[in-house]
Amino acid sequence: MAIRVQSEPFDPGVEVNALHAANVGIGAVVGFVGYVRDFNAGQEVAGMFLEHYPGMTEKALAKIAVEAEQRWPLLRLEILHRVGALEPGEPIVFVGTASAHRQAAFDACNFVMDYLKTRAPFWKKEQGSAGASWVEGRASDQQAAQRWQDDTPS
Amino acid sequence: MIHVQYFARYRETLGIDAEQLSGSFASLDALRQQLLARGGVWQVLAEANLMCARNQELCSLDEAVSAGDEVAFFPTVTGG
Repeated sequence: MAIRVQSEPFDPGVEVNALHAANVGIGAVVGFVGYVRDFNAGQEVAGMFLEHYPGMTEKALAKIAVEAEQRWPLLRLEILHRVGALEPGEPIVFVGTASAHRQAAFDACNFVMDYLKTRAPFWKKEQGSAGASWVEGRASDQQAAQRWQDDTPS
Repeated sequence: MIHVQYFARYRETLGIDAEQLSGSFASLDALRQQLLARGGVWQVLAEANLMCARNQELCSLDEAVSAGDEVAFFPTVTGG
């Protein structure tokens, strides 16, 4: 697995290709890319700042990755998350999973994002026309993560 | 000593990002109660959706705390 927390921008296409490189046993790669939107909750968003908990962030992401690898037969797994200042349109997060067959890659990617959103110590602060404000957690994210607790793959 | 950290909105509301607390506490909640007793802005730590960590692992407020621990309080995480 690869865990990266960085302030530098990244190219999602490069990340997807790298997951498949050097392993022709991989039949499926799923890549999720999260982007900064220019609108949230009816307000224009001019920019965003991603705060995190250095040290814990990497540990929390690694823990999620280990759990994904225990649940699904993954050949590669990468989690990349940006921190610091971001502009609308920029990628924030990349989760890539590679497996022999598509279902494990799809499910594991979904799982990693659901757990990342509720367990990894990142906080978004949005810059709008009326000033900066912290993004609040959503109940729907908690529910999405909850469904994996009583749903182990067969 | 216990190293206590605050993040995001809590850090801004409290005006500090970290401090050292002396004394012993039965749990993370007991430590939080002492902070709440400071009154004023510290009431932010009474929020129902407060999250906490001990030694960089998410935990519940029932978690035991020992000297030398690093603990943290923060609002619901919003990455991704």
